[in-house]
Amino acid sequence: MSHLLLSMTVNGEPVQVAAPAHHTLLEVLRYKLDLIGTKQGCDKGDCGACTVQIDGVPQLSCLTLALHAEGRSVTTVEGLGLQAGGCHPLQDAFDRWDAAQCGFCTPGILMSAEALLRRTAGRPLTRQAVCEALAGNLCRCTGYTKIIDAVLDVGQQMNGEVAHAE
Amino acid sequence: MPSEDRERDWQLGKTHRKVDAMERMRGITRYTDDLKLPGMLHAKILRSPHAHARIKSIDLAPALAIPGVFAAVTGQDFKIPYGIIPWTQDENALAVDKVCHVGDGVVAIAAIDEDTANAACKAVRIEYEVLRAFFDPAEALKVRDRDSTINPYARKGNLSKHVLLEFGEVDAELASSDLVIEGEYHFEGTTHGAIEPHCALAHVETNGILTVWSATQVSHYLHRELSKVLELPPHRIRVIQPPLGGAFGGKSEPFDLEFCVSKLAMITKRPVKLLYTREEVFYAHRGRHPMKMKYRTGFSRDGKIKAVDAKTLLDGGAYSSFGLVTTYYSGQLLCAPYAFGTYRFDSTRAYTNKPACGPKRGHGSVQPRFAMEIQLDKAAVALGIDPIELRRRNDIGANTQTINEFRVGSNGFSECLDKVEAASGWRERRATLPYGRGLGVAGSTYISGTNYPIYPNEMPQAGVQICLDRSGRARVFSGANDIGQGSNTMLAVIVSEELGLPLEDIRVLSADTDLCPVDLGAYSSRITLMVGNACLAAAQKLRSKVCESVAKRWKVAKNRVVLAGRMAIDREDPERNISSAEAFVWAEVDHGLLGEVGSYNTPKDRHGDYRGATIGASPAYSFTAHLAEVEVDPETGIVDVKKIWVAHDCGKALSKRIVEGQIEGSTYMGFGEALMEEHLVDAQHRGAHAGPSLLDYRMPTFLDTPEIAAMIVEAPDANGPYGAKEAGEGPLHSTIPAIANAIYDAVGIRLDRLPFTPARVLAAIQERQRREQAGELAPHKPSTDEQRKIA
Repeated sequence: MSHLLLSMTVNGEPVQVAAPAHHTLLEVLRYKLDLIGTKQGCDKGDCGACTVQIDGVPQLSCLTLALHAEGRSVTTVEGLGLQAGGCHPLQDAFDRWDAAQCGFCTPGILMSAEALLRRTAGRPLTRQAVCEALAGNLCRCTGYTKIIDAVLDVGQQMNGEVAHAE
Repeated sequence: MPSEDRERDWQLGKTHRKVDAMERMRGITRYTDDLKLPGMLHAKILRSPHAHARIKSIDLAPALAIPGVFAAVTGQDFKIPYGIIPWTQDENALAVDKVCHVGDGVVAIAAIDEDTANAACKAVRIEYEVLRAFFDPAEALKVRDRDSTINPYARKGNLSKHVLLEFGEVDAELASSDLVIEGEYHFEGTTHGAIEPHCALAHVETNGILTVWSATQVSHYLHRELSKVLELPPHRIRVIQPPLGGAFGGKSEPFDLEFCVSKLAMITKRPVKLLYTREEVFYAHRGRHPMKMKYRTGFSRDGKIKAVDAKTLLDGGAYSSFGLVTTYYSGQLLCAPYAFGTYRFDSTRAYTNKPACGPKRGHGSVQPRFAMEIQLDKAAVALGIDPIELRRRNDIGANTQTINEFRVGSNGFSECLDKVEAASGWRERRATLPYGRGLGVAGSTYISGTNYPIYPNEMPQAGVQICLDRSGRARVFSGANDIGQGSNTMLAVIVSEELGLPLEDIRVLSADTDLCPVDLGAYSSRITLMVGNACLAAAQKLRSKVCESVAKRWKVAKNRVVLAGRMAIDREDPERNISSAEAFVWAEVDHGLLGEVGSYNTPKDRHGDYRGATIGASPAYSFTAHLAEVEVDPETGIVDVKKIWVAHDCGKALSKRIVEGQIEGSTYMGFGEALMEEHLVDAQHRGAHAGPSLLDYRMPTFLDTPEIAAMIVEAPDANGPYGAKEAGEGPLHSTIPAIANAIYDAVGIRLDRLPFTPARVLAAIQERQRREQAGELAPHKPSTDEQRKIA
């Protein structure tokens, strides 16, 4: 099994890691770098639990070879709070709204949602836009309702609109 | 019930941040696959490609020769059978002599990493003698010879269980009914689809104790079965359930991986982990049973249910799992929220060469509820009675007994109907919706735990231990499995309410068989009622000690001391208060270390005394009403569910958002089963799963899921903690028939087979159009002009 030495930025820190050439970014993050926040639900790109951001864009890390991240910047859920003093507003809103039940899909959903908020910054966030952006992330517990509430809540706060009624 | 001196509801019914949610948001919670131990090996299971075959030989040598392979085990290492139900222990950790479905485990191999374990599985040589396989339960029941008997432990050919119970003179009542509705319904079955795949890790600690971390919802039953199969005394085994990534009944019995990692860890003396692939999760299954149901329901002219006659065939798959109970539940759980004049059910479960079926959210009763609620809707149309009114007329009410002799306490069903009726605008809107648009209603009930544990014993069904210490903190020890439903937070809310501590001062340690009192697990919606009661009992004892010590020092009556807001407060002089920590110190000085236990046992007077009378009996029943609005496209057969209103009587919502979340999640899951999901084994491809992936098995996404309006109804039950009943399973049931009935209202078609795919809907619409054109049926929803003419 040939190993490659990969260099990438993970959650803002430069990282060098040796991994078999056929290993996915998910495997490298979870099993080589111990970044266990990124989850494996299906390992074939169907569930979205493994969603991370590569150069700010949500990607399925189970379908991405680790090699693809060479020289790029990878952000996982562990890095999400770092940009906002330990706890991203989305994480706080998900907690307030009980938007996570088992929480297993939550890291992937947060990574998709954070990218959505950046893409739509300054424009009103609609329920439809949230559903479209998150349609690649399956959640089996919540029926999605409280997740939508939490994301809209943060979107409206960021746009200076009236906060969603508690 | 709450003590008099409690500052009422300072926490109950509020919204809470869950005690363990923030670490999940931050990605630092360690689920089972997130655990990593030094020297850990990875295991894989080689599975059968045949639906039914005898194992003639297994050659492990080529696998063991691969560098990095440490050990392999086969069925010969696990000859003791197990099973979640003590009377039907009919499976082995790995196949002993034959395989019974595609995906049955045959060999497990531990290696230095997953890649090596996979390569070793490929190198194993197995010779099979293929046997005749059965995929249809009716076909399977026809044969009795040994070679055609699927399950190696079966004693009655492919008959897994038969239950026939009759209450009253059903045939006579049917004969004298003004209206008899007959229907045949087919629910092919669905699977749980938890996003976390099953995972287990085992390690023999230096003290010789086998520790097993598993994504299970029944750590106690797993503990028992490990002890049996591995022939180790229970005190040499410790089972820990790490935080769990969803379960829904799919992790409520032992699975092959837990036995395999344990045995491999014992052989290799290394930690061994095994994570199922998503495909393996589909083959492990234990999901909702396919049921074919024939119903005859007799009504009086005014819509009263005089007789229900049900005949049900359950497709059990290769093993019993919970099937004995499922077979009873398919009939026993139907007898509320409506009063039946008479009732008979005849349920038969057959073994087939498919992954075993078991309990999925709403165990055994979602399928018959689908049939029953459509029967009621048909009767409402035939009798010209409003479907909600028909349900009201049959409402069994509170403090009563069902036809099968279950005692029902509180009942908020009628308020559930009122709420969905008002919120949806049913009265004003229903008659005005054009062809293609429709509203449908359905109701249901569910248990809050079962009156008897799975294995017979007279000990309490739940126990909780609570310790307070001088830092002002409470520690709660509970064997209950938090599977994402929030049971740890539920316990913290009770302790908070009683002892005046905010949730962040309360640690809940759960589901560790070495540290926690035994709890039976997260199934049959038992935790809030049973473990909640045990927790309340312990918390009230502590509360009494603390209040007594504070009252003594303040020289006031004990009932003047209120514990709330991290303080002990004098009710009549609120300026006089001390911190909780100080109050606990006073109490510890007076009483010694502050620890109390509480336990809960079920009342035993909730059922009759016929054979099977206890199965389905519960201390308290929840009630639900669903009302769905749909738009059906007659050109494509696509059903668009616009909105679902759901009202659920949970007795008392201890934590508001958590209860809402359970109602929404249940309704979502029912929606998926109605329109999209079907767990199908492909007989044309020798019993392979029709699509063992989350792409092919279509679970609703954000875009698919309709708006869900969840409404809480509270009819407090004397048997629940503060009146609380279940909320996690009941609100699934009536989602499906509400959608079916809405489709009828929209386009006039009755769908007797799930799911309601566009192809099935379109075929039914075309058949109706053909019959309308042939003059056999009047047009459904005639235009306003025609309506006026009829009027």
